[in-house]
Amino acid sequence: MNDYFGGYLPLILKGMILTIEVALLSLFFAVILGMLTASARLYGGPISKFIATLYTTVIRGIPDLVLMMLIFFGGQILVNNLGEKFGWSYIDIDPFIAGIITIGFIFGAYMGETFRGAIMAVSKGQIEAGHAYGMTGLQVFLHITFPAMIRHALPGFFNNWLVLVKTTALVSVIGLEDMVFNAKVAGDTLRQPFTFYVLVGALFLIITAVSDLAMQWLERRYTKHEKALS
Amino acid sequence: MDFSIIIDNLPLLFKGLGLTLQLLAISLTVGFFLSIPLAIMAASKNTWLRTPVKIFIYIFRGTPLLIQIFIIYYGLAQFEWLRESSLWLIFKEAYWCAIIAFSLNTAAYTAEIFRGAILQTPKGELEAAEACGMNRWDQYRHVILPSALRRSIPMYGNEVIFMLHATVLAGVITLVDLFGAAKIINSRYYAPFESFISVGLFYLALTFTIVFAFKLLEGHFLKHLKR
Repeated sequence: MNDYFGGYLPLILKGMILTIEVALLSLFFAVILGMLTASARLYGGPISKFIATLYTTVIRGIPDLVLMMLIFFGGQILVNNLGEKFGWSYIDIDPFIAGIITIGFIFGAYMGETFRGAIMAVSKGQIEAGHAYGMTGLQVFLHITFPAMIRHALPGFFNNWLVLVKTTALVSVIGLEDMVFNAKVAGDTLRQPFTFYVLVGALFLIITAVSDLAMQWLERRYTKHEKALS
Repeated sequence: MDFSIIIDNLPLLFKGLGLTLQLLAISLTVGFFLSIPLAIMAASKNTWLRTPVKIFIYIFRGTPLLIQIFIIYYGLAQFEWLRESSLWLIFKEAYWCAIIAFSLNTAAYTAEIFRGAILQTPKGELEAAEACGMNRWDQYRHVILPSALRRSIPMYGNEVIFMLHATVLAGVITLVDLFGAAKIINSRYYAPFESFISVGLFYLALTFTIVFAFKLLEGHFLKHLKR
């Protein structure tokens, strides 16, 4: 296996693992932020509603790379300034953390919109039935609204995930050694940039294809009752 | 924060804005005209027409645009025959590579949007066209395409915003678009907040303008669908 791609295949696969790590951790962060934003926009007071709306609008209006640079370079200045004040030694902002925070932050806005739409699509009757049984607001959310919204949220969630995976390629621009970065290293060393970028493109297609299968499985799981009813 | 840096560098930013808009306009135009035949082929019942287009769409939608641009700008230099041919005059320029990558990418996404709209053309409209004795070509020209393109306007608006945001990748391959200008200002003064926040505001303003323009277009072209 080591002979393929001039011995650089392990480096690329190592980068692929990092890409997947960044993608999954950002997804986790994005889902939490998305739930918070959706809840704030649907159930919050005027201030939290305003903040959540501002967040989703501004983030979706600015290119991801601009935000990533802002958080990566800006975060470094903030940390340096804080460090001077509190007398810490010099701290380098880790591109891994900066990447996850930025991507999570961006997709939190998209997830928020997806979840908001999904919650609004849950039929009123189900929620009223919950209240009629004497459930508290939280119980209704946990046992009725949440499970029912997952089904409505799945297609949008999956779409966001596919876009998120492709966005992780940008972390190579801030110096994180993901598979795009490693493809550049290998391609420049062997003078075969085409070979390695095409290889990485193919690996992205594999991630997409595997996600597709997972999505089909999830959809079958969460729409079972619809088939039983019809 | 010292925003006087930005005021001093406004000419650079406006030059960047010019390039961003130019890249966006050219790629959207080329992509749009490529996407229509592609969408018709992708919606076709003929496997030989459909499959190659489907593969093209799958590859361009399934891989990051950054990789596509790297393959075209850095990757193609691997081939000596290309470097020695006259095509190299085009492929050695970051500007043309960006336009080629953006155009092909938006063509794939737009073709997918139009394909969906073509397949969802109401049966009645098709039957009416056939009842009028139209041949396949006239059906497409006078009924299917006008109807499908109108219904695609909201989705196409999202694609235009997506492309606006994607043009920052031109700044990654050394061009001085809005993002490239911000990178220059940041590295010259080490002022990430000032530079990236101000170009962020430029992009935000452009995004809102596009959203507004598409609202107007929808109001004009989709009036008959409003209830």
